[in-house]
Amino acid sequence: MDSNKLVHMANQIALAFRLQPRDEAVKLTAEHLKAFWSPQMRQELQAHVAAGGAGLEPLAKDAVAKL
Amino acid sequence: MGFSKDFDQGTPVVTSAEQVTLTIDGRAVTVAKGTSVMAAAAQAGTQIPRLCATDLVKAFGSCRLCLVEIDGRRGTPASCTTPAEQGMVVHTQTERLTRLRRGVMELYVSDHPLDCLTCSANGDCELQDMAGAVGLRDVRYGQAGQKHRTGPKDESNPYFTFDSSKCIVCSRCVRACEEVQGTFALTIEGRGLESKVATGTGDFLTSECVSCGACVQACPTATLNEKSVVELGTPTGVVETTCAYCGVGCGFRAETQGDRVVRMVPSKRGQANEGHSCVKGRFAWGYATHQDRVTKPMIRARITDPWREVTWAEAFAHTAKELRRIQETYGKDAIGGITSSRCTNEEVFLVQKLIRAGFGNNNVDTCARVCHSPTGYGLKQTFGTSAGTQDFKSVAKADVVLLIGANPTDAHPVFASRLKRRLREGAKLIVADPRRIELVRTPHVEAAHHLALKPGTNVALINALAHVVVTEGLVKKDYVAERCEGADFESWARFIASEVNSPEAMELHTGVPAAEVRRAARLYATAKNAAIYYGLGVTEHSQGSTMVMGMANLAMATGNIGRDGVGVNPLRGQNNVQGSCDMGSFPHELSGYRHVSDDATRELFESLWGAPLSKEPGLRIPNMLDEAVGGRFKGLYVQGEDIAQSDPNTRHVVAGLEAMECVIVHDLFLNETAKYAHVFFPGSSFLEKDGTFTNAERRISRVRKVMPPRAGLSDWEVTLGLANALGMNLSYSHPSEVMDEIARLTPTFTGVSYAKLDALGSVQWPCNDKAPLGTPIMHVDRFVRGKGRFMLTEFIPTQERTGPRFPLLLTTGRILSQYNVGAQTARTANVAWHDEDVLEVHPFDAENRGLRSGDLVLLESRAGETTLRAVVTERVPPGVVYTTFHHAKTAANVVTTEYSDWATNCPEYKVTAVQVAKATGPSAFQQEDRRRDVALRQVKRGADASR
Ligand code: SF4
Ligand code: SF4
Ligand code: SF4
Ligand code: FES
Repeated sequence: MDSNKLVHMANQIALAFRLQPRDEAVKLTAEHLKAFWSPQMRQELQAHVAAGGAGLEPLAKDAVAKL
Repeated sequence: MGFSKDFDQGTPVVTSAEQVTLTIDGRAVTVAKGTSVMAAAAQAGTQIPRLCATDLVKAFGSCRLCLVEIDGRRGTPASCTTPAEQGMVVHTQTERLTRLRRGVMELYVSDHPLDCLTCSANGDCELQDMAGAVGLRDVRYGQAGQKHRTGPKDESNPYFTFDSSKCIVCSRCVRACEEVQGTFALTIEGRGLESKVATGTGDFLTSECVSCGACVQACPTATLNEKSVVELGTPTGVVETTCAYCGVGCGFRAETQGDRVVRMVPSKRGQANEGHSCVKGRFAWGYATHQDRVTKPMIRARITDPWREVTWAEAFAHTAKELRRIQETYGKDAIGGITSSRCTNEEVFLVQKLIRAGFGNNNVDTCARVCHSPTGYGLKQTFGTSAGTQDFKSVAKADVVLLIGANPTDAHPVFASRLKRRLREGAKLIVADPRRIELVRTPHVEAAHHLALKPGTNVALINALAHVVVTEGLVKKDYVAERCEGADFESWARFIASEVNSPEAMELHTGVPAAEVRRAARLYATAKNAAIYYGLGVTEHSQGSTMVMGMANLAMATGNIGRDGVGVNPLRGQNNVQGSCDMGSFPHELSGYRHVSDDATRELFESLWGAPLSKEPGLRIPNMLDEAVGGRFKGLYVQGEDIAQSDPNTRHVVAGLEAMECVIVHDLFLNETAKYAHVFFPGSSFLEKDGTFTNAERRISRVRKVMPPRAGLSDWEVTLGLANALGMNLSYSHPSEVMDEIARLTPTFTGVSYAKLDALGSVQWPCNDKAPLGTPIMHVDRFVRGKGRFMLTEFIPTQERTGPRFPLLLTTGRILSQYNVGAQTARTANVAWHDEDVLEVHPFDAENRGLRSGDLVLLESRAGETTLRAVVTERVPPGVVYTTFHHAKTAANVVTTEYSDWATNCPEYKVTAVQVAKATGPSAFQQEDRRRDVALRQVKRGADASR
């Protein structure tokens, strides 16, 4: 899938949780990705992070690390 | 299925805990206090003659036919306007009464044509019945001097006639229009013998009339009569079923001759509608027998090939082979399917079973993805379950109604009638909508506040409302302390009280004056009962789920959950949106909203289905299309949905479909999506199958077969055929067996069975051991999740922004006479009211662009462009344009973008930055689409087609 789209969606999720304490926000974002994204989509996002994670919010990046 | 008319007790049913006992013609009768003598007699089996009374409307007491004698009372009171009292002794048949009634009937009949034998209502006319009942044999006044016999006929409405020569001026129609429908389109003009029924302005079609049919149903004569009855004659059979249009889920009597429908009449036993209907369910059912219906399965190798008609057996074998080929070539996850909110629960359940157990993945989604998926997410997070909290009746107890992003007079008309009735009784209305919807001001209804917010700023508004509640001390502290999670409330209250959420700060985003927001918040928070109703104007945003949680927060903070008259209530678009979600249509959830990763739940299904299930969420519709464009997703089974018209960014949808190798469309018509399909399974209409629909109030109602499926198989049998061709070995002999399986697997459905539905009419889930008769109102003593949970709802503006190139915001919606993509309604006479989608433009924006009403305009966004006609109106504010998406030729979704809700990917239909300019002809997309309409829809008929 288009990585711009994945980044856009992951950022939206991270933003929705950003008012929570940082650890909690990371956890909630990761849980959301696990609960609603197909494994393939998650893997692609992980690959994007591995390749530098351009465009991704730091919170989203940390959440991906928890997947 | 013999024919009997719906029982009419003459005056409305009264519910009261207090009972009175009276004697009628020597028999003791006990009724609820407040019941009329007429209705009491009817309940005891005695029909007192009547003409101006019907239990659809309040008694009026004008015809004087229903006279009775009451011991100890002088004269002969009208039984329809006399309440039954304790100890009363009533006589309904005496010589004096007979004489008086005959006199009344003589007068009526002297002014009425005597062409009963050739009249369309012959056998279904109360005037005729009453003449018989009172033993009328002679009319002393002769037939001269009539006032009405030469009256004109109004045939303008496509569905019913108004033949004023037959009118007895009983005013039942006028009262039905006022009391039942709330439109006030009819009046009685003139006085005495000169009086007559009139439509305020013009004829029925051009007047305020919305063609709900209430007056036709109330009319005791042939004056207002369905054209279908005029043409076909009176019905001889009846089947009780459920409307297949909107999420109100009205109960209907399909009145028939053999397997032909003569008319659809709203059923008084329908608990969602209690005898009322709208123009769609009542009249727009002709699509079911429309010539465009495809009745043979068809296949083709490439979308540019003509379709080839085949047998069902060949269609199933071919499709199964294709799907398996794709899985072998591209992997198990390369296929998926979409369930339909227009299909029954049983059909939806089977499709998701086919996908999970037969395809072996969780790539199942439903059209609720593009409408109410944020409702599912938001209400589950806050309350613990994905459904509205009330029954529709509950609105009759609301004192303040906050209506957000919904337009019920168009999209949920029967609920709108209930709401208007309550507003006429004095309840207050707050409308939050960019557009001046009808309820802002309509006869006898005026909203206390119209919060005309800018599209895309819902969360800003709901936070501002909540800010006022928290900072002005309006929180119901006892309720919150007892019913909600304390720590979550505390952190929410701190967040919401911060200055950024104040109405003054948010005014910058919403454009709604802070003072008005403050007044509206106080009104909502201080009401005895305040209820929130909302529609797609809430969900179809990038913060749709946040907004749903914001509304839930507001309701909890003010103690407005868990009893009659309050709640948070989604108005669902399609008839079975609730049901399709309940049935496990989402890629991450099994039926009853249980996540696929939950081992215990999965094991339950695996053991009953005898197949392993994946514990990973599958793809959602937009993800499927993205993966298809990316080359990894190759096969799709689409039941009863037209994603090429209804889903956002049509060009992207089409690109996705074109990239697939096997698209299976299962539908009534060769719709837009079918242009890109390789297999077509002809579907069955709601008249052609058994099953159940679940409406927006969680009410499960029966759909009953009225006629055989035109293609030989009902939809559930088609899914079964495909499943078995894939080797699943499923055997059900009737949809009731599917419901039994649903009940076995779904905790909120364990008490549901067809036997129970037949006995009770309908039930609202949860229906189980704890609530064997169902649950009208949820979260009464505790929330489903235990304690209610406040969620932080930060306002984050959408990335869809206006700018120099696209300076206007487009928002979309529906109108009354059309439904969704128009597949059904556009094939009925409903086009008399709406035959094309138009673009509403504010006069200011129109003038800037030199536009006038009727001009063809180009509507352009970064996603695409289309053309349609402009209507210049102040209904929309400056800077906002509005259209509907009912007609394929408009292709409104060419313009909408792929931005979506953060939690659910529900598309942001309600906000698209656009430009509007005068156009000279159809857009490039429309021209190409018209060419494709022809090229991709060819059918080579005959060949080897048989069942
Ligand atoms: S059809 Fe409905 S809206 Fe029209 S006049 Fe009759 S009751 Fe009123
Ligand atoms: S049209 Fe029918 S309901 Fe209306 S006043 Fe005439 S007879 Fe009565
Ligand atoms: S479309 Fe909706 S309101 Fe109209 S009759 Fe059908 S269910 Fe009722
Ligand atoms: S029915 Fe009672 S007065 Fe007409």
